[in-house]
Amino acid sequence: MKSFTVLEGLVAPMDRANVDTDMIIPKQFLKSIKRSGFGPNLFDEMRYLDEGQPGEDCTQRPLNPEFPLNHARYQGASVLLARENFGCGSSREHAPWALEDYGFRCVIAPSFADIFYNNCFKNGILPVVLPEAAVEQLFQALYVEEGYRLEIDLEQQEVRTGEGQVFGFSVDAARKQCLLKGLDDIGVTLESAAAIRQFETRWRAQSPWLFDVIRKEQR
Amino acid sequence: MAGLTLYDKLWRNHLVDQREDGSALIYIDRHLIHEVTSPQAFEGLRLAGRRPWRLGANLAVPDHNVPTSREERAGGIAGILDQVSRLQVQTLDDNCRDFDIEEIPINDVRQGIVHVVGPEQGATLPGMTVVCGDSHTSTHGALGALAHGIGTSEVEHVLATQCLIQQKMKNLLIQVDGQLQRGVTSKDVALAIIGQIGTAGGTGYAIEFAGEVIRDMSMEGRMTLCNMSIEAGARMGMIAVDQTTLEYVEGRTFAPSGALWDAACAAWADLHSDADAVFDQTITFRGEDIMPQVTWGNSPEMVLPVNGIIPDPEAMENATQRSATIRALHYMGLKPGMAITDIQLDRVFIGSCTNSRIEDLRAAAEVVRGRQVASTLKQALVVPGSGQVKAQAEAEGLHEIFLAAGMEWREPGCSMCLAMNADKLGSGEHCASTSNRNFEGRQGIGGRTHLVSPAMAAAAAIAGHFVDVRTLQEHSA
Ligand code: SF4
Repeated sequence: MKSFTVLEGLVAPMDRANVDTDMIIPKQFLKSIKRSGFGPNLFDEMRYLDEGQPGEDCTQRPLNPEFPLNHARYQGASVLLARENFGCGSSREHAPWALEDYGFRCVIAPSFADIFYNNCFKNGILPVVLPEAAVEQLFQALYVEEGYRLEIDLEQQEVRTGEGQVFGFSVDAARKQCLLKGLDDIGVTLESAAAIRQFETRWRAQSPWLFDVIRKEQR
Repeated sequence: MAGLTLYDKLWRNHLVDQREDGSALIYIDRHLIHEVTSPQAFEGLRLAGRRPWRLGANLAVPDHNVPTSREERAGGIAGILDQVSRLQVQTLDDNCRDFDIEEIPINDVRQGIVHVVGPEQGATLPGMTVVCGDSHTSTHGALGALAHGIGTSEVEHVLATQCLIQQKMKNLLIQVDGQLQRGVTSKDVALAIIGQIGTAGGTGYAIEFAGEVIRDMSMEGRMTLCNMSIEAGARMGMIAVDQTTLEYVEGRTFAPSGALWDAACAAWADLHSDADAVFDQTITFRGEDIMPQVTWGNSPEMVLPVNGIIPDPEAMENATQRSATIRALHYMGLKPGMAITDIQLDRVFIGSCTNSRIEDLRAAAEVVRGRQVASTLKQALVVPGSGQVKAQAEAEGLHEIFLAAGMEWREPGCSMCLAMNADKLGSGEHCASTSNRNFEGRQGIGGRTHLVSPAMAAAAAIAGHFVDVRTLQEHSA
């Protein structure tokens, strides 16, 4: 996984509440068995005027001129500014994959859905929760100033504007460390293999009906 | 010391390691797998040269992509017409074979929607931790299990380590007292709760549903309710184990029997919140106040009783809410002031992991019996949640009632719930659906979904528009 330390980048708006993962990446693209290449289909139904199909070349498709990500001023954005309950709905990890593949490394919103929030950290994306008023202020600034950029510092847990304004945010320590170092969760967990085995032995003695059921188990 | 909630107990029982940074390693008893969210996880294992930690903890079944028409199903995987879908189902099959994981294949009588199959097979048991790469895994909490959806990275993590890294949630008690009116079902309870607390109301919480209405509910009803927890923002919803739970579990394929059954029951007797348990928040409802519900917008919280009137955004003070309402009315093609019962329907879908169990089909059949689907309807689909539900329904003759009324009787799968197979809405079409999400495009691009209970969907199929199912039930009584 890519690490995340400090990101300085162009900001793009997603100005609506309850953006669900079906909107972030519509279901037809879930048929892929790969984990990359979802970027061109990010927000597919809003971004294009036709119906997208998996495996199709998106460069030839008609763009929706009203959709902000299609505007010249937001090309190359790496920070997405969003509204409340971003990422609700389906647990599909294709949503953060699509955001990451498109180029977003940070999403700022007043609140996120739990599963999506969690999935972001597994994919090198930092979800930042800021108070509603702060998000509103950033939206206003973003609309006024073309080329609006923000600096997001995970170590310091700060979002900094060009004018030197600073918004602190919280993030739990474990997720922060993994993201800062770009650690592979599985590798970290397997360091506790002995503890897992020990738990399993005790649990099996205590609840034998949970084992040897779907199939006979060794050990 | 204060008592523990059900969630606290399940958490404690599965805690492998509490870390200083506040995260915890939680042991996973059952991992359910389907074709959409698993290929990249298996690929990850392969790339890292890892094997599954405990094969016997996993059970796989294809559901999202499988076709539901008999002709297309007859050819098995090779017969799936959409080649991208076929590849995904084939990939699940291949991965299960390569990694030696138990799979219920496409045309096995036990095949069905993973959240219907798990409890039905006894693969989900009280006191378990259950995960699946699907947000409606919350369904399994109805059995007194700690069950929630995970992303694909976590699917890989569970396969490789039998654990998840978790942060403990807060406790939310949703208490539904009193009794439900006749014709009001657990789906209506779920929608009424979401209507009040909103789709983010449960974010950060584990919900426990309790109260007289829940105690009186069947297991099927409880599963419908827990299924919709995620629509209220909570990753998990759960219900204490009681006699209803035990009666449901006993005798299922993977459930314990004999002396093990007795030992399990003794352990499960503790699976309820202590009388002095402390919840971070408690919300109370009265069963008598809940009417049959219908959603009108593109979020499950945009819901009204069937006698309701479409709201006027101009009367809303909150700007975000106003713009969301304007957007939803536009997408749904509805006008403020219109009665819910005036919404004309094009299709009806009875199915999905929310409402495709035998009790749901019985409720729908009871309304449909001896009646005809409205001539204005293009299609009314009934899709059982599993092969076993289908067989049971056929043994009871329910399929004949549906067919005689002009409805279609299909093979089990997710079907029109998310339209990954051929079952979908056309643009602009209104659908009365027993599924769980009314998001834009969920059932097909431009499709307009209204979430309802199976009885309400059946009544809507007969009338061609929404009606209070109780008027039909009175008629037939
Ligand atoms: S029935 Fe619908 S909600 Fe349930 S698992 Fe299938 S697609 Fe998901």
